[in-house]
Amino acid sequence: MKLYDAAVVLRSKNSGPFEITVDALFDNPATYRKIKESGVINKQKVSELYNIAPELITHIVFFDQALGFKITFARKVSSGTFLDRDVYGAQQHAPLMEMEVDL
Amino acid sequence: MEELKILAPCGMLGYGFPKSSFANGMEYCPDAIVVDAGSTDAGPHKLGADTAIVSKQACKKDLEIIITAGAEAGIPVIIGSAGGSGSKAQVEWTRSIVLEILREHRIEGLKLATIWADIPHEVVEAKLQEGKCEPLGSTVKPLTSERLQATNGIVAQMGHEPIIAALEEKADIIVCGRAYDPSPFAAVAMFHGFETALSYHLGKILECSALSAEPGTTKDCMLGILRKDSFIVKALNECRKCTAVSVAAHTFYEKDHPYILHGPGMVLDLEQCVFTELGDGSVEVKGSRISPTPVYKIKLEGAMKVAYRAFGIAGVRDPLLVGRIEEVEERVRQQVIEYYAEIPPEAYSINFINYGLNGVMGELEPVRSPAHELGVVFEVIAATQEVASAICSSVRSTFLHFGYEGRKSTAGNLAFPFAPSDVPFGAVYEFSVYHLMEVADGLEMFRNEYAEV
Repeated sequence: MKLYDAAVVLRSKNSGPFEITVDALFDNPATYRKIKESGVINKQKVSELYNIAPELITHIVFFDQALGFKITFARKVSSGTFLDRDVYGAQQHAPLMEMEVDL
Repeated sequence: MEELKILAPCGMLGYGFPKSSFANGMEYCPDAIVVDAGSTDAGPHKLGADTAIVSKQACKKDLEIIITAGAEAGIPVIIGSAGGSGSKAQVEWTRSIVLEILREHRIEGLKLATIWADIPHEVVEAKLQEGKCEPLGSTVKPLTSERLQATNGIVAQMGHEPIIAALEEKADIIVCGRAYDPSPFAAVAMFHGFETALSYHLGKILECSALSAEPGTTKDCMLGILRKDSFIVKALNECRKCTAVSVAAHTFYEKDHPYILHGPGMVLDLEQCVFTELGDGSVEVKGSRISPTPVYKIKLEGAMKVAYRAFGIAGVRDPLLVGRIEEVEERVRQQVIEYYAEIPPEAYSINFINYGLNGVMGELEPVRSPAHELGVVFEVIAATQEVASAICSSVRSTFLHFGYEGRKSTAGNLAFPFAPSDVPFGAVYEFSVYHLMEVADGLEMFRNEYAEV
């Protein structure tokens, strides 16, 4: 299944002007647990999907109470200045959508 | 006091809220009305050009309801990060709207507190030299003397301390400059003796009002009920309810970490929280933890003007050009540089954004096959609007008529939706200050001012 179909929320947003944060939230605890335990969400995978150096990724964290995980990485261009393409960082979740997860 | 209630009308002052939800909230006899007005989300020009995030009309429309209800009930009204950036000009702007409302409604005998959050350049310069001011993030550029001097106004996010001081002075209306979003909420709770971690966690949820409800929105009201060892959040509109997951998941929003939150002088840890649905659409939260940081640091924000921009928008439908758009753009750039031989090429930058190819994500885009048509934005930045506009005009005419190899559409390459097609944009800003600065305590850098109104 694609991650986009497994999640109920898959979104991105600035966390401050120098970072983008991507959230995936689930409505089914079993789905959430499987994805968490499979280990498919990791630095190397995110680095490949987003074509960014692993050291730019600051957080990959699962939060059980919220049935979700979060990925945060540094922006190369800060929000709203020359060469930025997404002031709010609201459409940077796409690379994660197509990712296949085994459920 | 056993129980404290805070009404959060909306997630951003000026975004609006249903009057019926607000009235429902007032039925609970809240102890304060608190609203956040700030964000850096809309980009650096808010701070750089000192513009508000919402229109005066929108701000006044919300404040009129809030201020009159607060005055009638005799409870404090607190506005966090006035005007969006919380800078001096934005605080003054918000205060003038408050005073206008008080005049128009003939409300008198209130104490108005203003808390300034502007930080003088000299203070930042001195802290930099002492090594007590560090960038917040690996891609924040070093703050050189030149960049600091070019920065237009620096604000710092205040904690609860100066707001509690204003409450101790019995202020009825408190207009805060830049504040850590949860702080105005936490201040009310801590002023009444409630536990710090719960106060801040409740503030974190209420600053976005009904965004933590289902369906979530910042344009509706929420009620927070704080007790000795837990708090309850409650939606005030029948069409929404809070669920354990919706409230737990809220701390994901716009934050780098889902349960560790850094604020002025403290770190909030929500990992062990327990979220319980009470069956009436409200959720009870327990187990929030907080610890003070060894050194008290405040977050600074500042923006500088970096250039002027001119741009144009056009569509490309010809499949030959769609297939080689980036190559043609590069050759257009070279031809413009050659044509304007009298202007050094380092004096300006030409940039192309190709929607339908990788417009949204740029080099992060994993899909590299173009759509059947492209939307092209060409932009030029330079030190003056005059140069930016002159180069942009040349980019437009060169691109429009550029004769690439094999071209069949020899009458023109671009479909412009508008005439004139070039747009002088004005100044472009950049966040030049996004730093953590060491301070003595939560009061040192913020100044309270009081007036009887």
